[in-house]
Amino acid sequence: MATQASRAAGRLMISPAVILLLMWMIVPLGMTIYFSFLRYNLLIPGENPFVGLENYSYFFTDPNFWPSLVNTLFLVGGVLLITTVGGVLLALLLDQPMWGQGIVRILVIAPFFVMPTVSALVWKNMFMNPVNGVFAWIANVFGLPAFDFLAHAPLLSIILIVSWQWLPFATLILLTALQSLDSEQLEASEMDGAGPLARFFYIMVPHLSRAATVVILIQTIFLLSVFAEILVTTNGGPGNASTNLTYLVYSQSLLQYDVGLGSAGGIVAVILANIVAIFLMRMIGKNLET
Amino acid sequence: MARASTTQRKAVVTVCAWAVGLVIFFPILWTILTSFKSEVDAIAIPPKFLNFNWTLDNYHDVQERSRYFLHFMNSVIISLGSTILALIIAIPAAWSMAFVPGRRTKDILMWMLSTKMLPAVGVLVPIYLIFRDFGLLDTRTGLIIVLTMMNLPIVVWMLYTYFKEIPGEILEAARMDGATLSKEIIYILTPMAVPGIASTLLLNVILSWNEAFWTLNLTAANSAPLSAFIASYSSPEGLFYAKLSAASTMAIAPILILGWFSQKQLVRGLTFGAVK
Repeated sequence: MATQASRAAGRLMISPAVILLLMWMIVPLGMTIYFSFLRYNLLIPGENPFVGLENYSYFFTDPNFWPSLVNTLFLVGGVLLITTVGGVLLALLLDQPMWGQGIVRILVIAPFFVMPTVSALVWKNMFMNPVNGVFAWIANVFGLPAFDFLAHAPLLSIILIVSWQWLPFATLILLTALQSLDSEQLEASEMDGAGPLARFFYIMVPHLSRAATVVILIQTIFLLSVFAEILVTTNGGPGNASTNLTYLVYSQSLLQYDVGLGSAGGIVAVILANIVAIFLMRMIGKNLET
Repeated sequence: MARASTTQRKAVVTVCAWAVGLVIFFPILWTILTSFKSEVDAIAIPPKFLNFNWTLDNYHDVQERSRYFLHFMNSVIISLGSTILALIIAIPAAWSMAFVPGRRTKDILMWMLSTKMLPAVGVLVPIYLIFRDFGLLDTRTGLIIVLTMMNLPIVVWMLYTYFKEIPGEILEAARMDGATLSKEIIYILTPMAVPGIASTLLLNVILSWNEAFWTLNLTAANSAPLSAFIASYSSPEGLFYAKLSAASTMAIAPILILGWFSQKQLVRGLTFGAVK
C-alpha cells in the first residue's frame, strides 16, 4: 500500500525526532567520554591536558567509590524486594471483591504522584524526626526510645521512602496484569480441586511473572538514578553512608568542580545502567513482534 | 449459606484493603492536615489529628515569604511547555511509524527507547557546561529543552501504541470513497487519535511536573519549578512543618487530581506498551 512518495513523506516525518534524539544522545555523551580523559577542574583554570585513564583509576580508588556502589546495589535491591513482594500482595488484595474498591485503589496509587522532594521532606521531618516525628511518638507510646532514622540508618530510611514512592507503580502494573487473567481458567482449576495455594503458584505466578519482570527492570532503571531523595534528606551522609553512584558523581562534578573525575564516574554509571537496559530492551523487543 | 460466607469474606477483604490503603495514604493525608495547623499544633506531641484550630495562615505565609506563585507558574510553564514541544515533534514520527512502517521502524523505536535508559548523571557535566556557556542555567527555556528530550522517547512510544490501534482499513475505506489526504486527517484520523494524544499529554505533564534531577541541578531562584523550590525547605531555617505542608500540598494537589484520571495510561506509558 505504501507508495514511494508516502515512504519519503514518512521518513521526513520521523527525521526531526530522530535527529534531535541523536544529538541529545551523542553530543553530551561524547563530551562526557572526552572529558573523562582530561585533567579538567573548573577551579583550576588553564589548559586541560589529556591524561588517559587517570580519572578512571582515581574514581575506582576513591574511598567513596566502593561504599557508593554497595549503597547503590542495596538501595536498588532493597526497594525492589519491598515493592515487588508488597506489590504482589497488594495486587492480590485489591483484586478481591470489596466495597469501595475504586477509592482504595486511589489511596494506594496516590504516593506515585507525589514529587520526590516533597515525599522525602515529609518523611524526613514529619515522620522520621526523632523529636517531633510521628514515628518518635509511636515509639514513645510503646515506651521505646525514639530512633533517629536518618542519622543511624540513613540508607534504610531512604530505602523506605523510595519504596513508598514505587510501591504504587508495582501494585498498579501487577494489578493490571492480574485483571487480564482469564477467570474461566481459575474457575476450571477450582472445579478440578486446586486449592488457593495451588491456584496461586500454578496459575497466577506464571501469569504475573512477565509483569513482575517488567516492574523489576523498569524500576531498576529509575532506582539506579535516585537523587533528589538523598539530596534533601541526608546529602549522602553521614559520611558516605547514603551516597549512591549518582550522588557521588554529582558531588564530584558540581560540588568539587572536578569535571574529569565526574565524567569518568558518569561513564561508569552509564555502563552499569546499560547492563540492565539490555535485558529490558530484549523483553520489550520481543513484545513488539507479537 | 454460600451467600453469607461470600458477604462475610467481602467484609473482611474490605476492612483489610481499607486499612492498608489508609496506611499507605497516611503521609499524604497527614501533610494535608498539617498544612491547616498552626506551627505549634504541627509539632504537638501527642499529634493532633482533627482537634486543632484550623487555619489558612500557612497558605498565606508561604506566598508572603517566598515567591511561591512564581515557582508554581514555572512548574506549569515547564511541564506544559516541554510536553507540548515533545508532542509536536513526536506526533508526525509516531504517525508515520504506525501507518507507513518501513523496514527499520522497529529498530528506530528500540533505539529511541534505549536513549531513555541513559542515566541522567552520565550527561550531567556536559549539559551543565553547555547550559553555562549558552546562558541557559536557571532559565525556563533551558529546562523545557532538557525535559522535552528526556520525555520524547516515552511520548513517541505511547503515541505509537495508540496510533497502532487505529484500524488501517478505515483509512483505506475513506480513500476508496474519495477522501483527500487533508479530509482523511481532519475527519477520520484526528477524532480517533485525540484520546491517545490526550492521555500521552496527561502522563507527560505528570512526569515533567515531578522531575527532580534536572530541576535541582539546572535551576536556582528564578526558574525553579516546585520540585526544586520545595527542596529549599530542607535547610534548618525552613523547618516549619505547617508551612512545609502547605507548600507541599499545593505542589502535589494538581498532580494528584490529574493522576487519578490517568491510572490506565500510566501503566501503558511507563511500561512502553509491555503491559496493557
